[in-house]
Amino acid sequence: MDIISGLLQGFAVALQPLNLFWCFVGVLLGTVVGILPGLGPPATIAMLLPLTFQMSPTSAIIMLAGIYYGAKYGGSTTSILLNVPGESASVVTCFDGYQMARKGRAGAALGIAAIASFIAGTVGVLGLMLIAPPLAKFALSFSSPEYFALMCLGLAMVVLLAGKSLVKALLAMLVGLWIAGMGIDLFSSTSRFTFGHMEMLDGVDFVVVAIGVFALGEVLGNMESREEGQMLPVPKGLRNLLPNVEELKACRFAFVNGSVIGFLIGVLPGAGSTIASFISYGVEKAVSKHPEKFGTGVPEGVAAPEGANNSETGGALVPLLTLGIPGSGTTAILLAAFVLWGLKPGPLMIQDNPTLFWGLVASMYVGNVMLLILNLPLIPLFAQILKLPVYVLYPIIFGISIVGVYSVSGSLFDVWMLAAFGLLGYLMRKLDYPAAPLILGLVLGDGMERALRQSLMMSQGDLSILVSRPISAVMLSLAVLILIAPLFRKANAWRIRMIDEQA
Amino acid sequence: MEDKSFKAADLWSGLALAALGVFIIMEARQWEFMGPDGPGAGFFPLGYGIAMVALSAALVIASVLRNPSRTDSAVNWRETGRVFAMWMALVVAVATLKVSGFVINFAVLTFFIVAVMYRRPPLRAAIVAAACTAGFYLVFPLALGVSLPAGMLGF
Repeated sequence: MDIISGLLQGFAVALQPLNLFWCFVGVLLGTVVGILPGLGPPATIAMLLPLTFQMSPTSAIIMLAGIYYGAKYGGSTTSILLNVPGESASVVTCFDGYQMARKGRAGAALGIAAIASFIAGTVGVLGLMLIAPPLAKFALSFSSPEYFALMCLGLAMVVLLAGKSLVKALLAMLVGLWIAGMGIDLFSSTSRFTFGHMEMLDGVDFVVVAIGVFALGEVLGNMESREEGQMLPVPKGLRNLLPNVEELKACRFAFVNGSVIGFLIGVLPGAGSTIASFISYGVEKAVSKHPEKFGTGVPEGVAAPEGANNSETGGALVPLLTLGIPGSGTTAILLAAFVLWGLKPGPLMIQDNPTLFWGLVASMYVGNVMLLILNLPLIPLFAQILKLPVYVLYPIIFGISIVGVYSVSGSLFDVWMLAAFGLLGYLMRKLDYPAAPLILGLVLGDGMERALRQSLMMSQGDLSILVSRPISAVMLSLAVLILIAPLFRKANAWRIRMIDEQA
Repeated sequence: MEDKSFKAADLWSGLALAALGVFIIMEARQWEFMGPDGPGAGFFPLGYGIAMVALSAALVIASVLRNPSRTDSAVNWRETGRVFAMWMALVVAVATLKVSGFVINFAVLTFFIVAVMYRRPPLRAAIVAAACTAGFYLVFPLALGVSLPAGMLGF
């Protein structure tokens, strides 16, 4: 009953003209970002974050979430037409989507991707709506030790699946914790790692690191070469974009499979939409009557991964909104956005900010409908974006990054930091250090230190408080198990296979 | 040659991170570790500093002991050089922001990307630079009221 009244309240918020407008802007930008190879949702959200400070938090989160799930829709377009995934979650769509396009069924492949995204995206929001409130109620019993353990567990999951080298992923996370610790320590007023700069007393702004590492690092990496892909022609007219009855019939199970697997994987920190799409594709192939045809252009090979990567969005928002624990780079940036707007995602989020939570949930239903409408008839138009030369796109990204960072603090020192973090982002890519653990370490570092110190204050310095409480003991044990799992050969082989698939 | 460069990357990044870890430990030791009210400012940094040294030592040792494999990729210095040239251009643009301001610097940076990085004709580069700069000026200061870094000329 609470859920129904909450949802009705949410629709009252989401259907306000201003919120509808921002939702549309978000899904439109998301689609564009998804289509453009080399510019992902975390980079875009990080770049636009400073511009949301003048908006109401509800409108801002509706727009940023729109970018997040909208990019999942758009990502399939380049996979199908160029055999180049617009974002990592669309890698699997290349297998059958591009083959369908080569057989002259590009329109049907794009149509199936849009329909699967719509169905699974809606199922994901339904899951978020049903699971988040009871989980938040359960999390109300958490105290500092449980929060510390939960953050350790979240970081362990992300580190486990972030890169081929567990050591490098852990090191990236530690660098994130170090950056998070810069500035004045709020417990003792000690200034830490400020290098004598007054500007560092407030710490390093998250926006600077996120834009530098994700946006500039990504663009610098893309500028290594001048190559551009060859696009297959996009069929014109809605009729040519709709799949036929046989194709839709073949996708029945794939729609369900993608929706369920995507959501469940999304709830797990660290797994993410790329793994969700691979697992869903694997399950679809395993239960298929003709597994040998996968990879040659079967419609269910497009529907399952596209569904999974959209449903994952709803799942990923569950731990973010109810526990305040992000599971990926993008949700870490969303968490930072909440903090910058003065909100605190966690068990009290739904209770304290029902308008924002239910408004976001309702806007995702609305956004999915907008995306379906945008993505079916307007695909030929969106595909034209691929003709935008990179030498026009990249200066725009550089410009938005500089303006975005400068608009937060009005400080040129932060622009210098941006350039430094841009180089760090590029070097991390080059040296195979994953960026997600760094960002998560940065976002969680402050809270993690606070939770640990509060726990030890509660116990007068006795570390056993972390393992003497059942929930924190279980979560810490799981975190330790996750981190030592790669020591076992089979588990490590599975981990590396997952990462290979992700890469 | 290829394998050596990849191994060296792990080795040098491991050494750099080990040095960072040592720096963190040295700094953290100057702050209170445990006080009457609980852990002090040095407690948490000391923990991750030690972890950083241990992990980077593991990375360095592994890179020294590792046999070069076929999957190791070579560092393409031409590609890397392109990126560093671009990054240096960005640094110059940032360094001169106080003097010439965002509008001029952004136009010059755009011209550099189009004409130098992507080898397009100077006229096209000038048109793209002018159009992008005008677009930024229209969107940020005029439409959104977001101020751009101004130079000595006031824009």
